[in-house]
Amino acid sequence: MNKIKIRINDIVCRGEKGQTVLEIAKDNGIYIPTLCNYEGIKPQGSCRICTCMIGGRMMTACTTPALDGMDIVTNSDELEKFRATIVELLFAEGNHFCPTCERSGNCELQALGYRYKMMVPQFPYSFAAKDIDADNPKIMIDHNRCILCKRCIRRKKEKDNPNWFVFKKRGAKVQINIDHELTADFTDKLAQQAMDTCPVGAIIRKEKGFDVPIGERKYDKNPIGSDIEGLKE
Amino acid sequence: MAKKITIEPVTRVEGHGKVTIHLDDNNQVTQSRLHIVEFRGFERFVQGRPYWEAPVLVQRLCGICPVSHHLAAAKALDVIVGAGTGDGLTPTGEKMRRLMHYGQMFQSHVLHFFHLAAPDLLFGIDGDPAMRNVIGIALTNKELAVQAVMMRKFGQEIIKATAGKKIHGTGAIPGGINKHLTEAERDSFLNGADPMNIDKMIDWSLGALDFFKGYHKNNKDLIDKFAAYPSNHVSLVRKDGAMDFYHGVLRGIDSESNKILDDIDYQNYLDYIDEEVKSWSYMKFPYLRSIGKKNGWYRVGPLARMNTAEFIPTPLAQKEFEIFRAYTNGKPNNMTMHQHWARLIEILHSAEMMKDLLNDPDLLKGELTVKGTKGNEGVGLLEAPRGTLFHHYRINEKDQITMANLIVSTTNNNIPMNKAVNLAAKQFMNGQTDITEGMMNAVEVAIRAYDPCLSCATHALGKMPLEIKLIDKNENVLDRMLKNG
Ligand code: SF4
Repeated sequence: MNKIKIRINDIVCRGEKGQTVLEIAKDNGIYIPTLCNYEGIKPQGSCRICTCMIGGRMMTACTTPALDGMDIVTNSDELEKFRATIVELLFAEGNHFCPTCERSGNCELQALGYRYKMMVPQFPYSFAAKDIDADNPKIMIDHNRCILCKRCIRRKKEKDNPNWFVFKKRGAKVQINIDHELTADFTDKLAQQAMDTCPVGAIIRKEKGFDVPIGERKYDKNPIGSDIEGLKE
Repeated sequence: MAKKITIEPVTRVEGHGKVTIHLDDNNQVTQSRLHIVEFRGFERFVQGRPYWEAPVLVQRLCGICPVSHHLAAAKALDVIVGAGTGDGLTPTGEKMRRLMHYGQMFQSHVLHFFHLAAPDLLFGIDGDPAMRNVIGIALTNKELAVQAVMMRKFGQEIIKATAGKKIHGTGAIPGGINKHLTEAERDSFLNGADPMNIDKMIDWSLGALDFFKGYHKNNKDLIDKFAAYPSNHVSLVRKDGAMDFYHGVLRGIDSESNKILDDIDYQNYLDYIDEEVKSWSYMKFPYLRSIGKKNGWYRVGPLARMNTAEFIPTPLAQKEFEIFRAYTNGKPNNMTMHQHWARLIEILHSAEMMKDLLNDPDLLKGELTVKGTKGNEGVGLLEAPRGTLFHHYRINEKDQITMANLIVSTTNNNIPMNKAVNLAAKQFMNGQTDITEGMMNAVEVAIRAYDPCLSCATHALGKMPLEIKLIDKNENVLDRMLKNG
């Protein structure tokens, strides 16, 4: 018997053994926000934004395997406040200037900022001096915008698609580093793949920006999560 | 006893500035200066950013005419991406940008004339300050106020349809534009319900001109003589001499109509124009190298454009142009207050241009962008509402901006505005012992004629209370007056 039943926000949801709480929620039209999680990559639960009350404890939905009979709350005021705080912390830590960012309208962090109606962060901005790595002919890494979700490092590797990115330095100084040798002959397609993996505007393709008009960008019409919640226009 | 008068900040202009006027023992004006006290630093912090961000980033230096900066930056980057120096775009790319620009020109000029300048005309330079503002206009001349709001809205809707947003959009990208106009948008601009259609905008533009011409007839002294002085004039014109706000060659004439810039390719502007720095202002002082610092300054903006252009390529505005030029027998017009007249003709021309463009099928379909051989440097010029706007960028081999130089319209008009301040101060304050609010406003009227954007000129936003100080030789403050802007 592979079928299981769990309760999410008092709704009975069906899934299969081996699925995570996040996956079953999604299949049942319940949106749990994520940032470091990415379809097809092993979850790591580092950004904590998908934290839910699972069996009375705060746990990340992306890494917790669903068990038959589990009782889960995804949307309490406490959890929503917790998530809003994470988003604010991320904004305060980096230098995120949405108005001039190529990913504006198509950025998961910005979309969550809107979802949580973030107006003014309660934390002081760090204004850390961060730079841009522009050595690669096809992509740029703007460290100002990196939220260290590691999606670029963890993404599924294939033959023509090895480990392009690694972490360098440690602790508060940790930074994404691009392997310039492996990416020296990057194609436009691979560059686009790298950019698509990044939830924010930290990895951007060179010589290509703002070509999707305002109004037609991913989150202009359909706020983040609306595809799952069935709220599409 | 010698005095120094300070007007700070100047009101009903975009941005933050102050004026100081020095009077000698006999209350004669000895020196006057318009100081620009904002510091922005865009040219510095754009360095290191990827070049394709410039049109979206640099436009943030202004909330009034961001489209001008957006397009000037895009034009400079067209050169860098090998899309030519102004005429290499696809028909759709160029015409969508032009529509955006003429929409911007229309709404910015309307804002200036109706909201900022008209109160001085309707209520008088020394009229009651409580009424001498846009609220006063709304209370006394409702129809005019409604027109002002709707005309501005029309221009902003054009901007939204071409740039994605009314303020700070993303339409222009290096080598072209990122969208077409939809048929529904085009139809609503052409045939929208009254008053939101282009024919009404043309009608209202003609009405505004009639209003001004009527005012002029009854107030010849003010309009013809106030702060008038001879000067050089510079603007872009189309290669055939037509007025063109989006692209052309750089033409300069002196006060007698002799050519001092002979239709030059603006990619080489540095060979012809230099900027001087002075300790008392954050705004630089541009001048023509061939004439030198002392006399090489020039005016830009609506008046300059009327003087440099040979004709206007739309029929109704051309008729008005002919009347305007006939007023000075075809000679350059050097009357500061005629800036308003010129601005109104440009409003009409912009409306006619928008109509022509809206009827062009290229807006609805066709290739959006074009690219060629990449370079590392580009200059983009256009005629912004306030005058010629220069954007110049250099990039490195990693696609990062290494140098940005912006000469904005208001900077080009720095010396002319100082001249106008000086003349207004002399005309209204010489020999006066008491400085009245009306005298202070006269100085501001002179500045306002140039519709300066002081935020742009220093590449800020400021509150605008107005402060006036009487200061003696020893810098003691004798008297101080304050009003809110
Ligand atoms: S570069 Fe993008 S994908 Fe990689 S860690 Fe930073 S934010 Fe995540």
